Amino acid sequence: MLTYLAGRIASAVPIVLLVAIFIFSLVNLTPGDPAVLLAGDNATPAQVEVIRERLHLDQPLPTRFVVWAGNALRLDLGESIYSNQPVTKLIAQRLEPTFVLAIATLILTVVIAVPLGVIAAWKVNTWIDRGIMAFAVLSFSVPVFVIGYLLAYVFAVQLKWLPVQGYVPLADGILATLRSVALPAMALALVFAALIARVTRASMLEVLSENHIRTARAKGLSTRRILVIHALKNAGVPVITVIGIGFATLIGGVVVTESVFNIPGIGRLTVDAITRRDYPVVQGVILFFSVLLILINIAVDMSYALFDPRVKG
Amino acid sequence: MTDTLSVEHLNLTFENENGAVLALDEISFSLARGEILSLVGESGCGKSVTAMAIMGLLPPGSAKISGSIRLGPTNLLDLNEAELRNVRGNRIGMVFQDPMTSLDPVHTVGMQIAEVVQRHRGADAKAARSRALEMLDLVRIPDARNRLQAYPHELSGGMRQRVMIAMALACNPEVLIADEPTTALDVTVQAQILELIGELKSELSMSVILITHDLGVVASTADRMMVMYAGRIVEEGPVERVFSRPSHGYTAGLLQSLPGYGSTLRSHLTEIAGSVPRLDHRNPGCTFAPRCRFATGHCNAPLPDAHEIGANHRSLCIRDTAVFEAISNHEIVRAWA
Repeated sequence: MLTYLAGRIASAVPIVLLVAIFIFSLVNLTPGDPAVLLAGDNATPAQVEVIRERLHLDQPLPTRFVVWAGNALRLDLGESIYSNQPVTKLIAQRLEPTFVLAIATLILTVVIAVPLGVIAAWKVNTWIDRGIMAFAVLSFSVPVFVIGYLLAYVFAVQLKWLPVQGYVPLADGILATLRSVALPAMALALVFAALIARVTRASMLEVLSENHIRTARAKGLSTRRILVIHALKNAGVPVITVIGIGFATLIGGVVVTESVFNIPGIGRLTVDAITRRDYPVVQGVILFFSVLLILINIAVDMSYALFDPRVKG
Repeated sequence: MTDTLSVEHLNLTFENENGAVLALDEISFSLARGEILSLVGESGCGKSVTAMAIMGLLPPGSAKISGSIRLGPTNLLDLNEAELRNVRGNRIGMVFQDPMTSLDPVHTVGMQIAEVVQRHRGADAKAARSRALEMLDLVRIPDARNRLQAYPHELSGGMRQRVMIAMALACNPEVLIADEPTTALDVTVQAQILELIGELKSELSMSVILITHDLGVVASTADRMMVMYAGRIVEEGPVERVFSRPSHGYTAGLLQSLPGYGSTLRSHLTEIAGSVPRLDHRNPGCTFAPRCRFATGHCNAPLPDAHEIGANHRSLCIRDTAVFEAISNHEIVRAWA
């Protein structure tokens, strides 16, 4: 298992490198000169030149990449052009809200989607199944910000059960935190749950037609035990895979949702950095998300062994 | 001998959008305590469907069933799903054809045996576990204590089938239904599994329904046999009776298609010409008549009920004497005479 893990991490290195090159080129090939932008409207060419030199923008691209990547390895992602704060520090400050939102979404998603998928598969081709799948298609098709505003309108503005926007840090009490992320997590979870419910249903349907399910029925086991203990555990691998893949979608959703609900997380940081052409921050944030995604995928691969004993490291 | 299980006038129709298919036609038989009854016939003849009907595992919507299936005094067809669950795995155990896919790949064999004990005997986890160990010993699995932790993929086909048997017998059922239990196994392992079933039958004084298409298996294991064709029982009797006086064109065909004792690789096997009729277009007479070399014009007229050939030996064939005369010189028939 440990050798397998080490192998997976080693194989992730070239991926990270490619991602780094991609991010670096993407930002540097975007039109617009940050030095001119920073210097302001009344700057002389000499002032622009000074800024350009300070940011190493006068160096050739490969040199700049090596410097940037070397620093990134030491967790130095440069400084924000806008606030002059280290990018690593900016990300660290914004980590908590995003992390709490993502975890809450994930838990909510699994709690909603897996039972719905299981029930749909069990009641396949009945109106229950069709109802669940119709709900899934609907919530997957509506953009997350629409669901977000809708939820905010109903539960915050009309019913006043939950705050309209903002984030309460964990330090101020976990209950308040959960209340503040409840609506954005719900908005994100609806989209994500639609995907997971469909995959759970498909995977369950496949397992339910297998011979060992007939054996379980011949043993007189209850429907619930057959569905949960025998079918769901067998159906787990595809579901967990899609949860991993779906995390990429989730990250995109986090960026939008944080803007809708005004949550000071990494999503907001990203949007703000892009609108200000704050290249070091944009690079840092994308690199952070990419590495996170790679780590999640490794974790997903490792988790297969929990579901299926035939998978060994 | 008292009957453990008795099936009477069992009719089963599958309905789909193309119409109805009569899968079982007036199936009646009984299973005595301590007896091994073999159901013989080719694929699609209704032997597995009969087993599934007894287990109450047929799809509820599309299968229309009538008649009675009595286990002791209880008619299983009167039970609801919850009551049936108390019968399955408890009073009737079942072993399936393919041990490679019939066990749950993601749970240990110990857990899979223990859960059926917990389900029906209300045993706690510890008691269920020790019962599982007892069962693995009973089905002669060596090093049973360590095997409890094994996953199905870590065991050979024969071992897995032993686990299936252990699971089916964990609650001391009155009836064991074994649906082609050796078809997927190596020949040497087949004999071991059949021997095991025979031994356990005596040790646990249960009755066995052994479903097979292999007359060799019938000859070596069963007490009584029932030959099925296209949803009907065409011939029924004690094994030695049926082998020594085959009384149905289809039984004769099955016997003749066996390789003889002296046959070499090059010698021909006699096959039964034609194929199984579609169950939605059956003729009123004998369903086997179109493939039968003994058939006459009378065979296409509506059939009388099965008639006695001898003690406990019944056949649906109106040409039984002609069949027997034609085949009485066959080496298998002579060997059993």
